[in-house]
Amino acid sequence: MTLAVLQHHLPVLVVLMPLLGGLLVAIIRHPAASWPIAIAAAAASLAGALALSREVAANGVISYALGGFPSELGIEYRVDAVNVLILVVVSFMALATLVFARLSVASEIDEGRQPWFYTMMLVATAGLLGMAVTGDAFNAFVFLEISSLATYTLIALGRDRRALVAAYQYLIVGTIGATFYVIGVGLLYLATGTLNLELIAERLPEVTSPRALLAAEAFILVGIALKLALFPLHAWLPNAYTYAPSAATVLLASTATKVAVYLLARYIFGIFGLHREFGDISGASLLILLSLAAMFLASAAAIFQNDVKRLLAFSSIGQIGYITLGIAIANSDALTGAFLHIANHAVLKGAAFMAIGAILYRCGSERLDDLAGIGRAMPVTGAVLTIAGLALIGVPGTSGFVSKWYLVAGAFDAGKGWLALMIVASSFLAVLYVGRIMEIVWFRPPGRVALAAAEAPGGLLVPMVALATLTVLLGIAAYWPAEMAHSAAEALLGVRP
Amino acid sequence: MTFVETLASEATRYVIVIVMVAGLYTIIARGNLIKKLVGLSLFQSSVYLLYLLPAKIFGGTAPILDDRFEVYSNPLPHVLILTAIVVGIGTLALGLALAIRIKAAYGTIEESEILARDAARAEGKERGA
Amino acid sequence: MIAMFSDASLLILALAIPAAVALLVALAGRWPNLREAISLVGALLLAVTIFMLLARVLGGARPSLHLATIAPGLDLALALEPLGMLFASVAATLWIANTIYSIGYMRGNSEPRQTPFYSAFAVAIFSTMGVALSGNLITLFLFYELLSLSTFPLVTHKQSPEAMRAGRVYLLTLIGASMILLLPAIIWTAVATGTTAFTPGGILAGHVNPIGMAVLFGMFVFGAAKAAVMPLHRWLPAAMVAPTPVSALLHAVAVVKAGVFTILKVSVYVFGLDTLRETGASQWLVYVAGFTIIAASFVALSADDLKRRLAYSTIGQLSYIVMAAAIATPAAAIGAALHIAAHAVSKITLFFAAGSVYTAEHVTKVSRMDGIGRRMPWTMAAFAIGTLAMIGLPPTAGFLGKWFMLGAAGSASDWFAVGVIIVSTILNGAYFLPILTAAFLKPAGGPVAEAPVAIVVALTATAIGTVLLFLFPDVPLRLASAMVAP
Repeated sequence: MTLAVLQHHLPVLVVLMPLLGGLLVAIIRHPAASWPIAIAAAAASLAGALALSREVAANGVISYALGGFPSELGIEYRVDAVNVLILVVVSFMALATLVFARLSVASEIDEGRQPWFYTMMLVATAGLLGMAVTGDAFNAFVFLEISSLATYTLIALGRDRRALVAAYQYLIVGTIGATFYVIGVGLLYLATGTLNLELIAERLPEVTSPRALLAAEAFILVGIALKLALFPLHAWLPNAYTYAPSAATVLLASTATKVAVYLLARYIFGIFGLHREFGDISGASLLILLSLAAMFLASAAAIFQNDVKRLLAFSSIGQIGYITLGIAIANSDALTGAFLHIANHAVLKGAAFMAIGAILYRCGSERLDDLAGIGRAMPVTGAVLTIAGLALIGVPGTSGFVSKWYLVAGAFDAGKGWLALMIVASSFLAVLYVGRIMEIVWFRPPGRVALAAAEAPGGLLVPMVALATLTVLLGIAAYWPAEMAHSAAEALLGVRP
Repeated sequence: MTFVETLASEATRYVIVIVMVAGLYTIIARGNLIKKLVGLSLFQSSVYLLYLLPAKIFGGTAPILDDRFEVYSNPLPHVLILTAIVVGIGTLALGLALAIRIKAAYGTIEESEILARDAARAEGKERGA
Repeated sequence: MIAMFSDASLLILALAIPAAVALLVALAGRWPNLREAISLVGALLLAVTIFMLLARVLGGARPSLHLATIAPGLDLALALEPLGMLFASVAATLWIANTIYSIGYMRGNSEPRQTPFYSAFAVAIFSTMGVALSGNLITLFLFYELLSLSTFPLVTHKQSPEAMRAGRVYLLTLIGASMILLLPAIIWTAVATGTTAFTPGGILAGHVNPIGMAVLFGMFVFGAAKAAVMPLHRWLPAAMVAPTPVSALLHAVAVVKAGVFTILKVSVYVFGLDTLRETGASQWLVYVAGFTIIAASFVALSADDLKRRLAYSTIGQLSYIVMAAAIATPAAAIGAALHIAAHAVSKITLFFAAGSVYTAEHVTKVSRMDGIGRRMPWTMAAFAIGTLAMIGLPPTAGFLGKWFMLGAAGSASDWFAVGVIIVSTILNGAYFLPILTAAFLKPAGGPVAEAPVAIVVALTATAIGTVLLFLFPDVPLRLASAMVAP
């Protein structure tokens, strides 16, 4: 009986768990209590997300009316094949990050601030999960801001004073983005009289003023693009990732942009349609162009970075380009690739940033030159970094290969062979920047830093090895995630053929 | 349509746009971190107007179920904007807090000076190494 | 006893043995004798496994095994057919010789980091077996990439700046080409046909138009940069900074043969020889390969560094195979398959000899080899046999493949190819024979002093193999014929 009630309320519980956990941590405010509470909250959330995924696979879309109001009036939480994947990815990565956070946070953040750090991690997670689960345009804005505010705080907790500036700049840009989004939502509301995404889509054909819609679309998409760091709106990201505390970077890199991408896909496929014309350019070709720019320019920029975190941050911008490219190609294979890459990239980038966090923990440096020969002092950490790097390149046997396979297949399927070549050509840039790290880590004679270093402690190794293992598993036995991504793709394409 | 009504329906839109653009301009053009936040607040305020002004119905009352009233204002935008205002205050507070911390760490809240100090320190490090 | 093993378990063993060797060698690093014993026993066991498979394939069996489904439509599968069997047999047999040789060479030159060396070597053999046994393009690609990655530490073994530079060229060329050309070619094939499985007669016919077919073929050929068709050949001379056992087994046998093997396999089992001939999709490659053969020969003529000369000779010899694949008649394909075996055993002999000379006298230049044949008779006798094979003279294995290819080019009326084969034969003679005359006819200038015995044993064995393969070509011939049999 109780179980059935719990089951019924799962969509909201998934969000509430980390939110309440965050609250609890803030109230107790004891460094020793914070971590267990956070872990419990994240684990509960993950369990909920997994249960939801089973239910969606079995029974299809779950609609949950918050407070029991009908969707006309109240807020509807709507879980389908698309966002259940996001829920699983976000809650899983949150849990993995929190496991990693215990030692990392203890070494990077003052004891007094640690509870706040965990609170913010949980609140950010809750916000991201909320963005994914809600079927209400305005509610998505509120969750967006919840996660953003927590994120700014997380970044500002970095040790370097530049973290403050990075947080401030992100606050400005992020708020502009969120405000753009809410302007667009307002226009949609004026045009359709509802905030429910399903109802908006239903009522769109009745809207008489195409200009209002066009304006709404422009505001919403630009607002989301800022959050997901779509090229050229990515300027906030490198500093934010670089100066944030290691654990915060792991969480941000593996979840924040992914949820924004999800929202983008939701609006493009659920509401606006991909092939609307802006003047002479269709939305699809514009998105392809920006994605290609991200894939090439950001990856090229990554090659020349001397700070590993910054290098990986630029790589993230490039990788997001692959995901948005899959959305722009918009056939079943390409979208499957995009959603797989959301999951795969979350896991592999999480592993990579954890490895860097572990190096920072042992050596106090993340400058590339200081990493010379570190692989011999920290072989496991080096191996994790290597696996993540190979996956970034898309070497077969790693998860990156599978998502790239689907993307390229999608490009061929769409009759865009040149785009397929662009995808593989740009991943050659990944060979260059990953190769640069690998050469320094493994083949340089150990420098001063590496000679003094020892292998990371178990508390850091466990989550990072788990993610690296998952990266390999997702490369050789990706049947289940591929099916999930495929049904997500089908669901999106089915909404508006 | 009376003059007042025309004014209300047209002029309000211009007000919204003017406030919005003024806010954005301030964010971009000012290097002072506090002034940027002022711009941000203005920008957000324009959204409050965007939601609220169309929701105002002349002669309408608050949505109270009572036989005496027949015309109501739509309550939903008001509720939404109440939330948005809270979010806006949160953002502003956090922004100001960051500005204070930046002032403490850098001794200035001018963006150009902050960047110059970071650049100088990076250069010093290179030379030291 | 033999019947104890099922086909599938033998396939697994062929992969598991080198993988286990890699692991055990890494664990046994502190005891060099144990470490070398593991390598040697592993090589022997692998050869036994492969020969058991060989007996079955010759008996008409086609062992296959589904390994895993990565995702819907993405399968990892092993399937042994005659060409893969031939490649696997060659590589597995030569691994034994190479292990013996490595022991002599690495100890004789007191090389550092021997444990990672042997371990990476076993991983490379593991990948080679995977390439040979792969049942579809995806599996092939997986092991192909693994082979590139696992040989990188071997190429950069010296860790000098020069070695690191060479390693970069090596990896970027191989990985870059395979990622930018080979992978999209595979995916294109998968999207067009709905399968990537190697199928006798090919799978592409009717799915891609003739122009697309030519483009796709080009993507496969240049994507498999391990075949070193110009202009993607620079990595091979660069890789010569590696210790000689690496150059010998990997850059004369495993790695480069993985390249031509891929091209030949794709020609036969993905395009289908008939389809290639009918659409003319591979015609252009005859010219590119022909150019590579001649150009590489000229570079070899002027190279004074012995290993560099051997490397360019390899580039030329590989393009024989590629050219034969491009001619795309059954006879040409048989010639190509035979040449894979023949060139492997003879080129490894040449490299063994080069390494032997280096170990004994630290000579690397052709110009300093005067009279060396009198000081190191065993080494240089083996070298001479290898040389004859390169030129394509009897009684060596090199004659067979060339004979088939020449005949195939003639009957296909491809006079360009005929001309290339004849001219290159003369050029091969021109850059190899002077080494022999200088080595044997000039005065000795010193006492007889051979390299360590392990080295001499290994190179003598492969030299004998070169001759035996000429005298008893039955097995490779049967495999090659079975490959093109309808």
